[in-house]
Amino acid sequence: MKDLHGFPGGLALAPRKAQSTQQPLARLPLGFEYVLPLLQHEGDPAEPQVTVGERVLRGQVIARAEGYFSLPIHAPTSGTVTGILPRPIPHPSGLMAECIVIEADGLDEVIADKASIEDPSAVHPSRLRNRLRECGVAGLGGAAFPTHIKLNPTGGRKADTLIINGAQCEPYISCDDMLLREQADEVIAGTAVMLTALDCPRALVAIESDTPDAMAAVDAAIEAAGDERIQRVMVPTVYPEGGERQLIQTLLGREVPSSGLPLDVGVICHNVATARAAWRAIHHGEALTERVVTVSGNGVRQPRNVIARLGTPVAELIAFCGGYTDSVTRLIMGGPMMGFALGDDEVPVVKGTTCILAADESEVVSHKEALPCIRCGECSEACPAGLLPQQLYWYAQDRDLDGVRDYHLFDCIECGCCDVVCPSHIPLVQYFRAAKTEIWAREQERRKSDIARERYEHRQARLAREAEAKKRRLEEKKKALAERKKGDSEVESEIDAIMSRVKARKKKDD
Amino acid sequence: MRFATSPAPHLAPNHSVTTLMLRVLLALVPALLAWVWFFGWGIIFNLLIASTVAVAAEALMLKLRGRPIRRHLMDLTAIVTAALLVFCLPPTTPWWITTTGAVFAIVFAKHLYGGLGHNPFNPAMAGYVVLLISFPVEMTQWLPPRQLVEDGQFPGAWAQLVAILTGELPGAATVDAISRATPLDVMKTELGMARTIAEITADPRFGDIGGYGWEWIGNGIIVGGLWLIYTKVIRWQIPVAVLAGVLVPATFFYLLDPGSHASPGFHLFSGATLLCAFFIATDPVSAATTRLGRIIFGVGIGLLIYIIRTWGGYPDAVAFAVLLMNMAVPLIDRYSRPRTYGHER
Repeated sequence: MKDLHGFPGGLALAPRKAQSTQQPLARLPLGFEYVLPLLQHEGDPAEPQVTVGERVLRGQVIARAEGYFSLPIHAPTSGTVTGILPRPIPHPSGLMAECIVIEADGLDEVIADKASIEDPSAVHPSRLRNRLRECGVAGLGGAAFPTHIKLNPTGGRKADTLIINGAQCEPYISCDDMLLREQADEVIAGTAVMLTALDCPRALVAIESDTPDAMAAVDAAIEAAGDERIQRVMVPTVYPEGGERQLIQTLLGREVPSSGLPLDVGVICHNVATARAAWRAIHHGEALTERVVTVSGNGVRQPRNVIARLGTPVAELIAFCGGYTDSVTRLIMGGPMMGFALGDDEVPVVKGTTCILAADESEVVSHKEALPCIRCGECSEACPAGLLPQQLYWYAQDRDLDGVRDYHLFDCIECGCCDVVCPSHIPLVQYFRAAKTEIWAREQERRKSDIARERYEHRQARLAREAEAKKRRLEEKKKALAERKKGDSEVESEIDAIMSRVKARKKKDD
Repeated sequence: MRFATSPAPHLAPNHSVTTLMLRVLLALVPALLAWVWFFGWGIIFNLLIASTVAVAAEALMLKLRGRPIRRHLMDLTAIVTAALLVFCLPPTTPWWITTTGAVFAIVFAKHLYGGLGHNPFNPAMAGYVVLLISFPVEMTQWLPPRQLVEDGQFPGAWAQLVAILTGELPGAATVDAISRATPLDVMKTELGMARTIAEITADPRFGDIGGYGWEWIGNGIIVGGLWLIYTKVIRWQIPVAVLAGVLVPATFFYLLDPGSHASPGFHLFSGATLLCAFFIATDPVSAATTRLGRIIFGVGIGLLIYIIRTWGGYPDAVAFAVLLMNMAVPLIDRYSRPRTYGHER
């Protein structure tokens, strides 16, 4: 057992995971319609590759990656493209975005898989990364960050530790737990491939102490694989243990520099489900078209974990789990701490969908009446980032944007711990998000005005230059004219001279 | 199906100001029981008077300031202020004095600075200091503990109530006649008369380590205070720092010259040292909020208590020490920021 370093703050939240782990994983039956947003992560949206009316097969690329920070989108089943149009997407804003809609034909025909890369250590890592990219593998822990980018250390930096994150610290969510119980061998195989791709000496698979079954499965899988580079580590069940920065601190005692990356401290972090998806992509040539989703909460009749195709409407997951109970009041994608409330259950499951939480009145807060801050400091006791939320709040309230920056607003990971412990019920995270947005907006504004100013200055300079040139030209012309005039007067005087000579001669003649 | 949305986090908060304040009040109960046992029922009447006045003043101020009255009255902070003030007052304090203190605490020290969460000074201590300066005689007229008074001489509940309502005990005895100086007062005056600690503490008003009766009230406060730390209503830094701030110099001077310096135990178990450490200095609004800041704040209070008691003009110094350190809080908070994750110091 490794010595753990822990992280400051955090909360011991009621796990509430048992309700969704009573039943084994179940595959959702095929639906009729799948909706695939073109952008499922930070970065650039994919470019549609199909036209309306075209027939597609499962695993076929229907939108190709545009740029480095982009991933292709694959058809989750066979069917016909019925539209490429804006549809509601799972996003906190509740906005619509461009999606490809596929009407399933029920045949679920699969496009020919890519060839298996039998020996990942025999090929160049770039080939492995390319494969992951072609297969659309993204971080399945929630952020859906393109995996190939995180497997491509830049600037000559090398990772000494790969962390496979199986610490699902948010209440309710158990999709990684269930995946490990049933497919730990593929997770470990994926981990080994990632180690090879990174040329990294060791991997730590972090499992929370309250998931003993998953832990046993991982231990068995590591033993079966006989890979000495991979080690399983039990981490305490405390929120937000599964946060990338917190997990690195717990396992290694290293802190990722502010506005830096884990690689800056020699670490790469991937989720367990991502490791499995990487294995499927490399060994089976399989594109990422499905994922495990936890469906839980008092608002759904039979909470459980399901394997759902990407693009499946949330409503279908709920229906599969027995439908809503009468008491359902909130629908949340993700956990109750960092997930966002959905306004509509027609939005699709995407790569980052870990959990659908149908909550009732007793599980979530619907209305908070805030009192003034009493400066009790519990928020800073709970903050895993070592911030002073109460001070940030004062500055945020005053819209003192220099103040919030000075108190390191941008190191806030929005985990929500401060919000939950605040006895005055102040929606701190909302204040912080608003302040961040305002700063971003101002920066954009400043950039814009900088550009405008630059443009204006350039124009002024150009006008000045032109004026100068004009002046010069004018002067030259004048000079030339003066020359000519001088020339003219010479001629005139010559003529005069001739005339006078002529006159003189005439006089003489007379 | 459509749903209402709300921003994350969605989990309900696990505390409210009301539950915290309720716990503070509950934590005062052991000390209150000891108090009643040694000094009679006067404190109960004082509590009723001060709470009523404080709540009425709070309601009036909320109305004048146009704030939601019910929500703020429910937070119980006015009652906690009243209770802490009363714990510093003699058991037979006349009602108009208690009322003055409570009104000043709520109206001036709290609401004129912006109400809950905005007062730079501890309201209870501000109220107490006003009383200490305005009514110096009444504030030192403490009854001796019941156990030290001859049978039948100690004023019962009725007599104390009359004293509170009229300023005079019923019958022949006067408050002035029966009341005596507290151990801290005695210590201060007698040390001033160049008597030794051994001579002074021979008086029955001194108990085993502190003042007779006061020790048990102190024990009650420790029990309540430890429970508050256990339930995380308060954090350990301020109590520990205050006690260290008193005990370290007290031990040093006691070891240097035990004949003319009271023992550290006496400093701990007399006056309001323990009440200050666990209940007064820990008022979140007027205390420092960072961990390091709380330690600086607490040590400052402890040192000031010892300094004022030993070399200053007042026998006890809790109120002054707290108010002085309250002034330093913005500065302390500014320079005691914790290191943020991923940042150099």
